[in-house]
Amino acid sequence: MAQLDVEVVAADHAVWSGAARRVNAFTVNGDIGVLPGHTPVIALLAAGRVEVQPLEGPRVHIKADGGFFSVENNRVTIVADDAVVDATA
Amino acid sequence: MGAQIRVYRQKISSTSSMQKIFKAMELIATSRIGKARARVAASLPYAKAITRAVSAVASQSEVDHPLTREPETSTRSAVVICTSDRGLAGSYSSSVLKEAEELLTKLAAEGKQVDVYLYGRKAEAYFEFRGREYKRVWTGHTDEPLFETAKEIGAAVLEAFNTDTTAGGVDEIHLVYTQFKSMVVQEPNVVRLLPLEVVEEKVTENTADILPLYEYEPEPEQVLDALLPRYIDSRVFAALLQAAASELAARQRAMKTAGDNATELIKKYTRLRNNARQAEITQELTEIVAGADSLSS
Repeated sequence: MAQLDVEVVAADHAVWSGAARRVNAFTVNGDIGVLPGHTPVIALLAAGRVEVQPLEGPRVHIKADGGFFSVENNRVTIVADDAVVDATA
Repeated sequence: MGAQIRVYRQKISSTSSMQKIFKAMELIATSRIGKARARVAASLPYAKAITRAVSAVASQSEVDHPLTREPETSTRSAVVICTSDRGLAGSYSSSVLKEAEELLTKLAAEGKQVDVYLYGRKAEAYFEFRGREYKRVWTGHTDEPLFETAKEIGAAVLEAFNTDTTAGGVDEIHLVYTQFKSMVVQEPNVVRLLPLEVVEEKVTENTADILPLYEYEPEPEQVLDALLPRYIDSRVFAALLQAAASELAARQRAMKTAGDNATELIKKYTRLRNNARQAEITQELTEIVAGADSLSS
């Protein structure tokens, strides 16, 4: 099965990267879910949360503070001004 | 003890205490260079992603954005100069300032008025001492720049850029910083931040490099609106990080040279001290022999 190559980067460091099944993000226009094979997109993120469902293990919640994300060729890049992996959720 | 020997002793002891300081500063710089370079590397993914996205939007959608529009005649420019806060880094700050002076002269020759923005206490001191005007100054973190500072600088220059030139705004922005090429080579560098020269999409053999046709959410204009300030911030931040790594490398090299020179100097003074001591002994002997001679005869 195809998988997504996810990379979450903040301004001064990489936050999370790995293979994933699904990515849910909250854009300025509303929620967007990305599955493998998604059409190329550049969207602006609203301040809030990004959920990544890795191939294995529990979901990763990332608090992103504005930014954008791009999807192409099953590669998802989430670029946030500031992002932290939210361990509490 | 002879006065001369005492003078040399003092010189030796002060030089060796300075040598200890140089050594310590060299070690500190060495240990922090690694961290600074790691930060340069850590900021790369962000810079890459944002550059790619900006060039995708700018090259694929025919958007006419004020940040990318080339002015027909520019009359006012802004120059951001990145130096260090502290000295003892060899010619680090002065070579940046020299590069900046060249740029300022060039811009003035083109008939442009220049607003200067400074980063680092050395640049501030340079401009203060000469009684020259500058718009704003940021100091305090040149050896480990914060993203907040980059954002502030980005916001300040963007604001000036968005202001009309007749109202004190500028229509082009230059950035002078030191590029970290390697541990031994750091070069002062001038880049034009605005208007942006977005690299057009090139047709390459490598298919992975071709940008796909993106969909934009919301609209390309709004995406570009949101992306460009971030792109500027990221460019400024990258420059600051490079400058910090260069500063540390320059300091390490300067302190190494200073330490080596101190060793040389100590060696020289020790020789002179030994000479002086020997001369004193010889003189005393001569006096004793002369005294004994005059008694026996």
